[in-house]
Amino acid sequence: MPAIPQKIIHEYLRHDKKFPHVWCAGCSNGIVLGSIIRAIAGMNLSRNDIVMVSGIGCSSRMPVYVDFNTLHTLHGRAIAFATGIKLHKPHLKVIVVTGDGDCAAIGGNHLIHAARRNIDLSVIMLNNNIYGMTGGQVSPTTPYEAYATTAPYGNIEPDFDVCKLAIGAGATYVARTTAFHTQETQNMVKEAIEHPGFALIEVICACPVIYGRLNKKGGAPEMMKEMRDNSIPLSAVDKLPPEKVQGKIIRGVLHKDIRPEYCAQYAELMKKAQAQGGSK
Amino acid sequence: MPKKVEKDRIGMIIREEDAPEKMEVELPEIKETGDKSSPVIIYYNWCKKCGICVAFCPTGCLGRKADGSPYVLAPEKCTHCEMCDLLCPDFAISGAKEH
Repeated sequence: MPAIPQKIIHEYLRHDKKFPHVWCAGCSNGIVLGSIIRAIAGMNLSRNDIVMVSGIGCSSRMPVYVDFNTLHTLHGRAIAFATGIKLHKPHLKVIVVTGDGDCAAIGGNHLIHAARRNIDLSVIMLNNNIYGMTGGQVSPTTPYEAYATTAPYGNIEPDFDVCKLAIGAGATYVARTTAFHTQETQNMVKEAIEHPGFALIEVICACPVIYGRLNKKGGAPEMMKEMRDNSIPLSAVDKLPPEKVQGKIIRGVLHKDIRPEYCAQYAELMKKAQAQGGSK
Repeated sequence: MPKKVEKDRIGMIIREEDAPEKMEVELPEIKETGDKSSPVIIYYNWCKKCGICVAFCPTGCLGRKADGSPYVLAPEKCTHCEMCDLLCPDFAISGAKEH
């Protein structure tokens, strides 16, 4: 399958914004943005039917650069704003781009309740294991014993598995991938947009400038190679001995089912109430 | 002559009456390697010299200059696999068959 060429991606960017973009050299956010644009370009969706919503953080700068309907909102509240948009105009495809701190720490409450409602949003969580924009504080997904500016002797908190949280809260499409696996990310974004219900994709990203430097991971190419070598597809987990699976990133669609969608139920309720005369 | 892209702004979400119907934005001229026959085109004014394209080029077609930016070392080795395209975080390299 030939990839979508770079010149098509350039057509989806806002050239009146300052390019090159704000992210550091080697940051995975640009790679993920490329995968998202490729997925949307491959689906032949109109740009006017897509809304990209984000909160605050490095990854949340993403909607600034793309030519869709975009919303750059409060810290952690991206899913709350997206819920409002989806309820007002259910035909729009709402994509939420958020970081690990934005989604799992400050916006954790919105994440679990959107998953519980099963509202048709596609949440793409870029997990770089640290608060990159504010200088490298510990985030809920910083691994145990990793270093951060607020954990100079190593982090003593266990890290958060956001995928398991989303499955537990009732999300109907949960997947995990890494920024290196661009084709996989592209396919997952496509599936998430088509999925009728709440979809969460966790994309493991590299932050070479802050996380990489504090944890002596090398530069961007080394971190990308680690992502490639340290992850296994879900289909291979059963075939491998448990000691080889220990500590690896498991990629793939972790959970998928169908439940009634919130907007559809709301429309039905409205019809029912209007038929009764709406007296209650 | 900069290329012009037409932007369609009918689908604004909140107040449709506020939306200008069409808006034209000028694309900035992106400096290329200058050589259209080269298999890989590098947009140097967008490149941040992270070295990902050189590290992941499977055939060794790309090399690295002293300042860290990539250049086409061996044009005959390029297979148009588009690995550099897919992995470039800055949209600054194109290895497609047709540019």
